[in-house]
Amino acid sequence: MIPVLLLMTSGIIVGWIFHHKTIFLQWISKFTNWAIYLLLFLLGLAVGTNKEILSNFDKIGYLSIAITLFAVAGSILTAWITYHLFFKNKGVENER
Amino acid sequence: MKGSIIILLFFILGLLAGIYQLLPEHFLENDYSLYALYLLMFLVGIGIGSNKKSLQIIKKINFKILFVPLSVITGTFIGVSIFALLQNQLNIAESLAIGSGFGYYSLSSVLISEVASDTLGVIALLSNITREIITLLLTPFFARYFGKLAPISSGGATAMDTTLPIITKYIGSDYAIISVFSGIVLTILVPFLIAIIL
Repeated sequence: MIPVLLLMTSGIIVGWIFHHKTIFLQWISKFTNWAIYLLLFLLGLAVGTNKEILSNFDKIGYLSIAITLFAVAGSILTAWITYHLFFKNKGVENER
Repeated sequence: MKGSIIILLFFILGLLAGIYQLLPEHFLENDYSLYALYLLMFLVGIGIGSNKKSLQIIKKINFKILFVPLSVITGTFIGVSIFALLQNQLNIAESLAIGSGFGYYSLSSVLISEVASDTLGVIALLSNITREIITLLLTPFFARYFGKLAPISSGGATAMDTTLPIITKYIGSDYAIISVFSGIVLTILVPFLIAIIL
């Protein structure tokens, strides 16, 4: 996991240095999309060859939706509190 | 939305290739995903570092704006922790790791399948796609009843790009900068939080 974090951090630095090179960045963005497609294809491949996941796919699906409902409900609640404590009637623009 | 359909399509394509064993044996036995993941993380970093909006935001930053991603993290963690206590399929660490995707399904699913298991990776994929879909569908409702930060919070990491147009449509463009800021902070934190939790 440490190489992953180091690679992202060094990527941020590289991106910051080259943030004016539009053509380079367009190319990076396309390349990023294809890397994502490749990885999701490989994840699909790993799942497709895993009988345990395949036979439980419906259960996994329900579990995924259920946990998301809790995640969204929790974050909406804290967002509502934060909004009323710090943002409502206090403006955004003039306080920056 | 178009982006997520393409990504899901590639996942399904891989799934079918795996089920029907359409690829040569040695390809199925070797796991190339780690190297692809390393490449992706570097590219994602470049994307974040070169984001012109993030540079502008840092110049104008008001510390109050930090409360937004902070409340998304707190709320998500509270929600998934309650979920972890209510059932026995996912323990608290697994639930927190899935919640730490904040809608960034491509990255979180791959990272989690790498450090934990493919099963958990699939749950992270489906769960975080669901988070994006919920945000796209329910933003008007959230904005109306739970305040202007609610759609930003529901969107999580996606509030900087895929769900930004619908969010700004319903809460106003003066909040767009907060939405982008929160999304960027959460996007950067996704791999760190997953690494710490799992």
